[in-house]
Amino acid sequence: MSFEDHTLAKAYWRENIRLLLSLLLIWFVVSFGFGILWVEELNSIRLGGFKLGFWFSQQGAIYSFVVLIFVYVVKMNRLDRKYNVHED
Amino acid sequence: MSIQLLTILIVGASFALYIAIALWARAGSTQEFYVAGGDVHPIANGMATAADWMSAASFISMAGLISFMGYDGGVYLMGWTGGYVLLALCLAPYLRKFGKFTVPDFIGDRYYSQVARTVAVVCAIFISFTYVAGQMRGVGVVFSRFLEVDILTGVIIGMGVVFFYAVLGGMKGITYTQVAQYCVLIFAYLVPAVFISIMITGNPIPQLGMGDTLADGSGTYLLDKLDGLSQELGFTAYTSGTKSKVDVFFITAALMVGTAGLPHVIVRFFTVPKVRDARKSAGWALLFIALLYTTAPSIAAFARVNMINTINGPDGQGIAREQAPSWINNWEKTGLISWEDKNDDGRMYYAGDERNEMTIDRDIMVMANPEIANLPAWVIALVAAGGIAAALSTSAGLLLVISTSVSHDLLKRNLMPDISDRQELRYARGAAAVAVVIAGYLGVNPPGFVAQVVAFAFGLAAASFFPAIILGIFSRRMNKEGAISGMLSGVTFTAAYIVYFKFVNPGANVPENWLWGISPEGIGTLGMLLNFAVALVVSRFTPDAPEEVQAMVESIRFPKGSGEAQAH
Repeated sequence: MSFEDHTLAKAYWRENIRLLLSLLLIWFVVSFGFGILWVEELNSIRLGGFKLGFWFSQQGAIYSFVVLIFVYVVKMNRLDRKYNVHED
Repeated sequence: MSIQLLTILIVGASFALYIAIALWARAGSTQEFYVAGGDVHPIANGMATAADWMSAASFISMAGLISFMGYDGGVYLMGWTGGYVLLALCLAPYLRKFGKFTVPDFIGDRYYSQVARTVAVVCAIFISFTYVAGQMRGVGVVFSRFLEVDILTGVIIGMGVVFFYAVLGGMKGITYTQVAQYCVLIFAYLVPAVFISIMITGNPIPQLGMGDTLADGSGTYLLDKLDGLSQELGFTAYTSGTKSKVDVFFITAALMVGTAGLPHVIVRFFTVPKVRDARKSAGWALLFIALLYTTAPSIAAFARVNMINTINGPDGQGIAREQAPSWINNWEKTGLISWEDKNDDGRMYYAGDERNEMTIDRDIMVMANPEIANLPAWVIALVAAGGIAAALSTSAGLLLVISTSVSHDLLKRNLMPDISDRQELRYARGAAAVAVVIAGYLGVNPPGFVAQVVAFAFGLAAASFFPAIILGIFSRRMNKEGAISGMLSGVTFTAAYIVYFKFVNPGANVPENWLWGISPEGIGTLGMLLNFAVALVVSRFTPDAPEEVQAMVESIRFPKGSGEAQAH
């Protein structure tokens, strides 16, 4: 066991899940939300030549995905160090 | 210099590069053959993953599909990238900590069951063969169009090259060749896109050019022009689609989850040294993929405008057949474009209603794009090399999954547990060799249903592996009864739905007959939900996973103490 005690292991996992769910929520909103479910509403807003909903479905969602993963990497590395379960 | 000679030179040079890398990166042990020695740098792994992932379909077909589908094409753009978020957050780090070679390894060990392992092996092999047949076909098409050799010769040359570096180098050879192939394919994709973006909008960045005004001084936005043109010609506006919202939703989800469940993508995360690197390399992979995937919709829009203008002419009355640009003649020879003069005026006309006289295959848009835009010959040759790089890199990754499934999961872990590392390596090479030959055969004699079975690969990956792996990590108590019944019900449901609408009764494949308006392409999402539901219910009524398995699950949930990926 790498954790000092069981409560710490539980706390680490709970924080991990919370981070995971909040990032997945954003993942869902930018793609399924902005790109599909509310695309008509967003299309009334324009970004230069782009209708916003269309832009999200063809470009914006992808940019958001890349950012989400790197945010996850940074936050998880921090969490690993906080609980002293990082690799050397 | 003729286009053909240039193409031979550029494609030949890229082949020489791949072979040189393969010689340098020969595999000496199963560890190197399966996971490249486990010491690939995350950025290199990201590039290799990107090349592995972006197949002939991404490179050659996707922009063409989007060009014809407009907004609906977003299902591919979001679907084939969004899965990486799931991979990075929910799968890659944990599977890396688990530290084995293959996906069936994880399923078999986590669910302490040879039945589960066997179900996983069969799914992995089926998914990979489905996929690889399409790649070999892509190589054949590029060869036959640009080098004017027949498809058989093209496929044999492609097979020879893949055979050489996959059989010799295993994962190690493949990984470093894929890094080179990524560079070739992304360069080949971006160069014509930048040229065309400047020509049409004056903006050198295609992603921005798509939202810019036309360079003809009219001040109209490109997309507005495209919407107008489309509607005039009897299509729906480019920025709004024809598919129902529910279908777009389900197809996108099936492609995302399918991506995260594809064995040849997952296995890439076993090749890096640390859990931290597995997370990071998913990010790099998606960044490299995004470079192509955000360019694709721009290429699609530019190609659409260009194509309509060169066929219908600046006045929109149609161009006389004798004055047709040379790309139409070139592609007519391959049978991928045809013209039928319905109103006998000797002019071509392209439209979405009864005025239409053109039949245009969607697959040619990327390959013909540089010709349509009158770009120099070396750009056209470069695109050919890029298409081949995309097809080869993906085939190699798939062949490796097939060969490890046979030598490792089937022989070593199942039938012949006593073979030595050296013998296992020999079987792995033998299996790779046999797989190359079968793939080549399927490329030359494609079963008529290749296009249809792609929906299969994603649907099955979504409905089988993804839930089993997720539950294996996030539910400590999930047991073999739950996982196996979940996988079987998900796969059976998905396969039955696809087989019914694609093969048994294709005539009935219309939205009115679909379950809740979900097309066969999107049904994998429902199969996945069914898998989750069945697994959770069954596991409630059967004994929990044994203590030692639960302890193993606990131990993959944090990074510390991850070793190299190993067999035992």
